[in-house]
Amino acid sequence: METIKEKIRLFLHRHVAQAGLDDDQDIFAQGFVNSLFAMQLVLFVEKEFEISIEDDDLDIDNFRSVNAIAQLVARKKAHIQG
Amino acid sequence: MKIELTPQQQAIQDTCRSFVQEHIQPVADTLDREQQTPVELIRTIARNQYLGPFVSTEYGGQGMDMVTVGILHEEFGRGCSSLRSLLTVHGMVIYALCRWGTKQQKAQWLPRLVRGEIIAAFALSEPDAGSDAQSIQTTVTAQGTSFLINGHKKWITYGQVADVFLVFALYKGTVSAFLVERETPGLTVQPITEMLGTRASMLAELSFQDCSIPQENLVGKQNFGLQGVATSCLDFGRYSVACGAVGIAQACLDASLRYTSQRKQFGSYLKEYQLIQQMISDMLTGTQAARLLCYQAGYLKDAGDPASIMSTCMAKYFAAQIAAKAARAAVQIHGASGCSGEHSVQRYLRDATIMEIIEGSTQIQQIMIARYGYSNR
Repeated sequence: METIKEKIRLFLHRHVAQAGLDDDQDIFAQGFVNSLFAMQLVLFVEKEFEISIEDDDLDIDNFRSVNAIAQLVARKKAHIQG
Repeated sequence: MKIELTPQQQAIQDTCRSFVQEHIQPVADTLDREQQTPVELIRTIARNQYLGPFVSTEYGGQGMDMVTVGILHEEFGRGCSSLRSLLTVHGMVIYALCRWGTKQQKAQWLPRLVRGEIIAAFALSEPDAGSDAQSIQTTVTAQGTSFLINGHKKWITYGQVADVFLVFALYKGTVSAFLVERETPGLTVQPITEMLGTRASMLAELSFQDCSIPQENLVGKQNFGLQGVATSCLDFGRYSVACGAVGIAQACLDASLRYTSQRKQFGSYLKEYQLIQQMISDMLTGTQAARLLCYQAGYLKDAGDPASIMSTCMAKYFAAQIAAKAARAAVQIHGASGCSGEHSVQRYLRDATIMEIIEGSTQIQQIMIARYGYSNR
């Protein structure tokens, strides 16, 4: 889980206009990102973790923070392996 | 690194170019004057499988890669920007369904959209919400097992003929996406005419008055309509417009090479004059550079790379400006006859102006690209 979080932190660090985000900080609510970022984030998660984000996953709550994204990735990976 | 089309992509380009030359180019100026796209022409385009070719074979498409899709949009743009915009908006809705639709929505809509039995349009802009899409005022409320839509949409490309609209509206305080069929009671479609360019793209204004739609017409989740659904549709739209703009620039170059080789002034062909050669060289180089940016964006899309989003912005930003520049040069080269209905270059100039406004204006792209630059230092 920590490896997943580290990769997410690195990606967010490059794109989010605030250094040192904590893992529960809401990147959408605080206006750190522009409207195109959500799609970049979805593509990053798919490519980096080799999972497919589907219509059921397209919930902003799954992408709000490092922890939320990491939990989504872990759930999807467990589903693939399960 | 290898920058060249595969034999299959080349073959598809050749076929599409022949199709456009036979069915679209000869009528493009007339469609522009009449501000109409005949239904029969849309059917011909559909029969030749140009509507949603990227859809998987499971739903009736060809599973085409995005580089090849871009090539098709360039060829259509070379012949007629209005019909390229049909591929754009119809494709945007198809793209939303492919990416974010439920299995039921995909099965219900995609095969008919690919066959062209129904035409789709993208309804985001409103009288008071253009670049600032978050400020839309159209609302949706739940009523039993249905949704009720109220509000207005404006500048909806092919809205006059579309059978279904992907409508963005405020639901529970956030923007969500909904499929609304044309025949829904309470939906009024008002044609918009006398546009500067892409005049055959049959724009419309839509009014929704207590339009009731089934709840299963929600596309994507309720709270991610703008950042998720609209952004992915607009990304496809920007790619299409970028490739279409390359097509306009190429058409300007084709016309200018032809005209300067036939027209004599002061005893010499225009092509002999170095000031003309300067314009031709700028057009040729700019067009090729814009095309390469489109190929890169398409390549990154096929790779599922997050960088594809900003590459597409840059391709659209650059290609739209190149098209406008090439069109101004083409009209200048053609002189008075280029300003008249005798040549298509005046249409290219009007259409190229539209390319700098739609799917994110040049200025909006500049803001996005600059922010990206600062965030990637």
